[in-house]
Amino acid sequence: MSNATSHNETVHRVSFLDKDSVSVPILKILQADGTVYENAVLPTIGQELATKIHDTCVFTRVLDERMLGAQRQGRISFYMTCTGEEASIIGSVASLDSDDVILAQYREHAAIRYRGFSTEQFMNQLFSNEKDLGKGRQMPIHYGSAELNYQTISSPLATQIPQASGVGYSLKMQDKRNVAVCYFGEGAASEGDFHAGLNMAAVLKSPTIFFCRNNGYAISTPTSEQFMGNGIASRGPGYGIHTIRVDGNDMLAVLAATQQARAHAIHNKEPVLIEAMTYRLGAHSSSDDPSGYRSKEEEAKWQTHDPVKRFKLWMINKGWLTEKQDADLYEKYRKEVLAELKLAEKRPMSMLDTIVEDVYDAPTPRLQQQLKSLKKHLNKYPDSYPKSVGRG
Amino acid sequence: MAKINMLQAINDALSLVLETDDKAILFGEDVGHFGGVFRATSGLQEKYGKERCFNTPLTEQGIAGFANGLASNGMTAIAEIQFADYIFPAIDQIVNESAKFRYRSGNEFNVGGITYRTPYGGGIAGGHYHSQSPEAYFTQTAGLKVVVPRNAYQAKGLLLASIRDKNPVVFFEPKRLYRANIGEVPDGDYEIELGKAEVVREGKDITLLAWGAQMEIIEEAADMATKQGISCEVIDLRTLAPWDIETVAASVKKTGRLLINHEAPLTGGFAGEIAATIQEECFLYLESPISRVCGLDTPYPLIHEKEYMPDALKTFEAIKATVKF
Repeated sequence: MSNATSHNETVHRVSFLDKDSVSVPILKILQADGTVYENAVLPTIGQELATKIHDTCVFTRVLDERMLGAQRQGRISFYMTCTGEEASIIGSVASLDSDDVILAQYREHAAIRYRGFSTEQFMNQLFSNEKDLGKGRQMPIHYGSAELNYQTISSPLATQIPQASGVGYSLKMQDKRNVAVCYFGEGAASEGDFHAGLNMAAVLKSPTIFFCRNNGYAISTPTSEQFMGNGIASRGPGYGIHTIRVDGNDMLAVLAATQQARAHAIHNKEPVLIEAMTYRLGAHSSSDDPSGYRSKEEEAKWQTHDPVKRFKLWMINKGWLTEKQDADLYEKYRKEVLAELKLAEKRPMSMLDTIVEDVYDAPTPRLQQQLKSLKKHLNKYPDSYPKSVGRG
Repeated sequence: MAKINMLQAINDALSLVLETDDKAILFGEDVGHFGGVFRATSGLQEKYGKERCFNTPLTEQGIAGFANGLASNGMTAIAEIQFADYIFPAIDQIVNESAKFRYRSGNEFNVGGITYRTPYGGGIAGGHYHSQSPEAYFTQTAGLKVVVPRNAYQAKGLLLASIRDKNPVVFFEPKRLYRANIGEVPDGDYEIELGKAEVVREGKDITLLAWGAQMEIIEEAADMATKQGISCEVIDLRTLAPWDIETVAASVKKTGRLLINHEAPLTGGFAGEIAATIQEECFLYLESPISRVCGLDTPYPLIHEKEYMPDALKTFEAIKATVKF
């Protein structure tokens, strides 16, 4: 069998590849003031698409602000924001077909929103109530919906990467002109699953877009302590994967790159790697305080690259949006989120029977027996289990 | 009905699935043209094509992750882990992902279409990295089914049932029986229900329980005991998760005694779980303490394989001690 390498020069004295020799260009289209770079090639985008993108940006900002606040008030146990990374997530999801299957990490709720996850559905998940599609089994932010082709989030890091290779392969086998799209952070790229997943997708020719949000930090660990070499993009060609790096705070650059990545993956039946250079403006999660590991100056510098503001200015320049429409939208979503939050937190938890459901396709006799003993116990001490006693 | 060995029975089952289920995909290390290191997948790539039966890179976590992806999107994924000793790099994908896909999503998604096939066990001079019996690691994981066949006929019927089961299954194949066990196996399709133990031999003085390759050991011990006038009931558990408590408890209520034999180390082995449950179910029927004849709490040795094994002679001694207690 031939080794799949190409154009190798022969030399007769020791010659190493320099470890810093890999250079990766970065695609930038939109400037901070909302104008585009000279000679930039724009993605396919009209007013309708731009409006939907903007709408998702605003909703996500409001949701993140309100729910972080709700967490601080003790109303929900945990929260994660995607503040600063909206262009990476929304720009990419907006380039997809609704039948493309998304496997996200945990900071991509803007993508499920773009697909149509309602405000009420967000709240039901965050409050783990009886209407949560996940039946209240996972911590807040673990969204998922079969209807929206958005696989339910799993907490362990990077596990979705080799899974995406399998989903992509399944789409190819089902003769669908679709891709699997896998989101992960630069920290997750250190896990073995990253190598396993990219290598398998490349070798097995799986139409999968691997989308790395390089946001600068894995909890408190900066990229300088996470990897050597030129970011995550430089690894792509090593696996034999078509690769691009984009400015992850530039909605139009992300949109353009993902549109073309998708076309390439489907046409060639092979994976594509996108590395979006962005910055996590918020904390890692509500359990984290970034002031302990990064400076105010650093954060302030990145505030000037705010992706949502940049895209808004572009739309205003185009005459597709006014400041007032923008402000009204924030106001509308603030009211909507608050109203749905109040409704969701009053809904009861799932019926007790759901505790043994979905372990297997049907509860085993052992599980049924355990449920029976549990109910007997709860009924004996109803005051100690007020939320579940008598429910199922 | 033809007499074939266990590998041929497994190959037959896999071929039948690929033929009848166009969503089925078979993959793992060397399973393509070569047919797998034990040749369980021989000829299948030629018959069904490289897209449905293929080699993967050497990455167990990749294989299991890929299987999760395939099955989550409606495919039937049949993944081979070359040796059960090498299933540990995949354990996160199996235990945290395959097992919990349905539960954590509230049944929005599931990977019930996965079967992980893996050769397990000793007796082949394989040393500690080619001889382990890691079934107990998986029995503690809710959401997985764990199945172990004892002969060619069982292997085909249980494998077909495992592949078609709506839950992820870890299917341990006793490698020392692959070629050694030859028996009559129907050509056509048949399934053996998961979760059901089989009473292989009826008796009245003691119940002997095992699974997989250890079945021939307890049967041999039962023969030795019969010559001493001890009547043994012999049960093959077949499915370890979920296991058939009812059949085992009914037998123990009849015989009053239980001996469990497995090749994995004693401590934390599945025999402990069985003993605790049967003690609870049958306390007033027990004539003697439940006996466990298992591997030593050591890594599986190379040169002392014979000494390590919970063999027929050790089992026979334990039967006598239990009956005389």
